[in-house]
Amino acid sequence: MPDLAFADGVRRQTDYWLTVYKRTWRSSVFSSFVAPLFYVVAMGVLLGGFVESDTGELEGATSYLAFVVPGLVAAHAMQTAVGETTYPVMGLIKWQRVYDSMLATPLQVQHLAGATLSFVFFRVATTCAVYMLVLAPFGVFESWWGPFVAYAGQLLVGMAFGVWVYGFSARLEDEQAYGLLFRIGVIPMFLFSGAFFPVANLGEVGSWLARLTPLWHGVSLSRMFCLDDIDWSTAAVNVVVLVTLVVVGWFWAIAGLRKRLVS
Amino acid sequence: MSAGRTRVLVVPDFSVDPDSMILARGLRKSFGPPGAEFEAVKGIDVDVRRGEAFGFLGPNGAGKSSTMRMIAAVSPVSGGDLRILGMDPATDGPAIRGRLGVCPQEDTLDIELNVRDNLYIYGRYFGIPKAEVSDRVDELLEFVQLTEKAKAKVEDLSGGMKRRLTIARSLVNRPDLLLLDEPTTGLDPQARHVLWDRLFRLKQAGVTLVITTHYMDEAEQLCDRLVVMDKGVIVAEGSPLQLIREHSTREVAELRFGVAEEGATHETLAEKVADLGVRVEVLPDRLLVYSEDGEEVVAKVHERALTPVATLVRRSSLEDVFLRLTGRTLVD
Repeated sequence: MPDLAFADGVRRQTDYWLTVYKRTWRSSVFSSFVAPLFYVVAMGVLLGGFVESDTGELEGATSYLAFVVPGLVAAHAMQTAVGETTYPVMGLIKWQRVYDSMLATPLQVQHLAGATLSFVFFRVATTCAVYMLVLAPFGVFESWWGPFVAYAGQLLVGMAFGVWVYGFSARLEDEQAYGLLFRIGVIPMFLFSGAFFPVANLGEVGSWLARLTPLWHGVSLSRMFCLDDIDWSTAAVNVVVLVTLVVVGWFWAIAGLRKRLVS
Repeated sequence: MSAGRTRVLVVPDFSVDPDSMILARGLRKSFGPPGAEFEAVKGIDVDVRRGEAFGFLGPNGAGKSSTMRMIAAVSPVSGGDLRILGMDPATDGPAIRGRLGVCPQEDTLDIELNVRDNLYIYGRYFGIPKAEVSDRVDELLEFVQLTEKAKAKVEDLSGGMKRRLTIARSLVNRPDLLLLDEPTTGLDPQARHVLWDRLFRLKQAGVTLVITTHYMDEAEQLCDRLVVMDKGVIVAEGSPLQLIREHSTREVAELRFGVAEEGATHETLAEKVADLGVRVEVLPDRLLVYSEDGEEVVAKVHERALTPVATLVRRSSLEDVFLRLTGRTLVD
């Protein structure tokens, strides 16, 4: 039995991550739960009040609020995952060297990544769940079951970013490249991947570029199922793209972490 | 990693010898890309038996830490054979690490957790049940004299306390083999003595200790047997006393002369006293004359009208052994 079972290795870190969460949940309350509400009110209700558009132009939404919120939740899943896999991961690897201490025990690289990404999943799942619950009374969901599928799509896009940014962190010497990641990756995607306006508005080339971003696939799933305006072939493409990103990203992340820590 | 390495030695089945804790043959470690490799460990043989306190002595960069990381089953072996507790680290890493205690050179404590949680959470990584870990943590806090600091943040501990906590942490799985990489580097003398006392108790309790150090007093205090490493190879092996007997004289007369006295350099002064001892070493600030009777050397130096500004007669130490073997001092 050379390797420790994956689930066992991950489970052994539960106490560590519980302690981390107990220590950090207060500071994450604003970014996870209050800030999203501000976005909904500011962008959806107040700014959206000036937007007069018909349902056809808004990808099937009856109001700008109904259009923008599914996109906002998907974008929030991305931001939560990126937030949890940048500086905190650099801390585990380099600053506090928690990973080094873990690797002196029976735990192996895949267990460390598994537990950390499980925690990222937990953070994405809780923040998106709260977000969706807060949205329910705004009357933006068109079916009772669609939001559950939309929620799954949000988790999927969150984890697609989670594994790739985690793998990126594993390969970074220091935190300076994070500035670049946010400036040329996260923020442009947040603004132009269809969360705030239909990507068709970007023109032929622009809209295709937007559709190449992982976030668009998440926004697309989230919106179609919230609004109960589903194009099943698009949904299938969205799911395949995101699942592939998660799976490939996972192996890429493990390989990077192993190279970094086991020398 | 292991697949590509050629086995040049026939290694017996170590599993039949339960007292072999570490067995290395031609052990190598290199870093960097092929063609531009840096070889940190260049083929060493090591045997450590159950209950021993074994030391790796050498200056910084001698290959001690690289060796320790291979023994700790965290760094893959580049060449040669290595068995830890009768197992191969390339295939049985988790099983080996489950029975090792590791006290790394730099503390890797979680500074945001309190003292108790650092031990408790670490114990959980070994799969030890919660209640059991909790009991062990209380015992260990007592052992390293940190019971009163149980709720303190690690950040607020002194350097010596942090080291003791790291040692307590390395004991949480009741290891068969405890690896200590430079355990007292950076500590003040009092904290070092407290730590040595704790390590000595572990040794008395039968724990096998493997220590790296560049302090010869530490090696003399703690090690039954040691190897002297320099530039990736082992240059001598034995008990501290054996090594001193083999490679040095009983006493050393240290002669400190004023700077450039009457144009005389240390080298010319060394020639004048060369016949007084078995050997003379020239250091930047003093001459070391190796002899069975240091007092006699000092007396004769004065008879020859040489006037050192200070003299000291002392027993030979591992520092002298190292100087003899490598031509360099341990701490630069």
